[in-house]
Amino acid sequence: MSINPEQTIKFSPMHRLQWEEAQQKNVILYPEGMVELNQSSAEILKLCDGTRTLGQIVRDLEQKFATAGLVDDITAFLEVALKNGWIQQN
Amino acid sequence: MAGSNKINITPPRWLLAELTYACPLQCPYCANPIDYAKHQSELDTDDWKRVLTQARKMGAVQLGFSGGEPLTRKDLPELVKHARDLGYYSNLITSGYGLTEEKIVQLKDVGLDHIQVSIQASSQELNDHLAGTESFQHKKDVAHLIKKHGYPMVLCVVIHRENIHQMPQILEMAEELGADYLELANTQYYGWAHANRDLLLPTKEQFEQAEQIAQAFKEKVAGKMKIYYVVPDFYEDRPKACMNGWGTTFLTIAPDGVALPCHSARELPGLDCPNVKDYSIEQIWNESKAFNFFRGFEWMKEPCSSCDEKEKDFGGCRCQAYLLSGDMYAADPVCSKSPNHHVIQEAIDSAKASALADNEKPLIFRNSKNSRLLS
Repeated sequence: MSINPEQTIKFSPMHRLQWEEAQQKNVILYPEGMVELNQSSAEILKLCDGTRTLGQIVRDLEQKFATAGLVDDITAFLEVALKNGWIQQN
Repeated sequence: MAGSNKINITPPRWLLAELTYACPLQCPYCANPIDYAKHQSELDTDDWKRVLTQARKMGAVQLGFSGGEPLTRKDLPELVKHARDLGYYSNLITSGYGLTEEKIVQLKDVGLDHIQVSIQASSQELNDHLAGTESFQHKKDVAHLIKKHGYPMVLCVVIHRENIHQMPQILEMAEELGADYLELANTQYYGWAHANRDLLLPTKEQFEQAEQIAQAFKEKVAGKMKIYYVVPDFYEDRPKACMNGWGTTFLTIAPDGVALPCHSARELPGLDCPNVKDYSIEQIWNESKAFNFFRGFEWMKEPCSSCDEKEKDFGGCRCQAYLLSGDMYAADPVCSKSPNHHVIQEAIDSAKASALADNEKPLIFRNSKNSRLLS
């Protein structure tokens, strides 16, 4: 599964992304399960709001963290996210 | 932890709220205790709200509203709303009996996240026989409505000797109903299932055949449907890591407010399980005798205490050790290292003999009359 660069990405309505105060972590919640996220994964997923494409997500994060060259890491993570059903495109 | 008395207590993550023992169904493998009819009292709405608030504060995030049939509680929408406000990810674990489209919409509006609906078999005749209630068509209608209103849906089918031959049809049914998750729960032999074990336990050949069919289907539906396969531990060499370790992750609150480290723990002697009417969840989780009883490894006997796999499976299930060997400190007899392991083969042989007998005794259905007779 790969990310279509032309299409926007949105977080799956079948999952919930939320900050867990007790764990001091963002987590993905779904039936019978929970995935704990590190900070960078959470930052990427928060931008999957159905308005941005892959390129825009990369640009926004590079700007936010004043860095460059994030495209490979972000693409790799989003492919995992797509495979797991955490995000959707169309 | 061996050699140290200080046990690191992790906070609860999963809360199972058994709102009631009342249920219109009579499944003969129900996980409720055999003597449930003795425990008639139920927590009120404020008690449940306090429990939800306190457990959430400690870090519980996955919440199951269960029973009995949780829909029999009139205050369910109020509790679901309270749970959503607190940030729980909440699940309604239901037979589907009594669930209407209006209720499905209402629960969605107050923040219910997903629904797990049980179906007993893939045919009306067997489903209605096992449930002790005419419910098959209604359950299927309910499943379609759950999907229509955008919930993630878990379809749960408990597998045993009466329905294991329907595995291909059960899988087809799950696909037709649009289940996002299919839980194929091989019966665990506690409570009512323990009482009916001779009639429910399939043969090893039946298990293996069914598992193969399920495995092939899993690959076919990958990406569309996830399958949770609850292993039939009687045919394993090693016990399950029950509850992910005692008092580490799971908290069950029974209808009358008794707090349990697992939903079967009521059957164990001498735990003095505390009630949420008397103590806070924090006191119960951290300080109570019951929740500390099997924490860590100090309580273990041989062969568990020197076993190099003890940190993986925690000696297996305490309730199963007690039910099958009479000793709740013993290794789970499922383990091939257990000196009591022979009881598993005896159970398998006994079930096989029962299946071949001309006059097989009938299933004991889960209802208040039988509960009083048996306890």
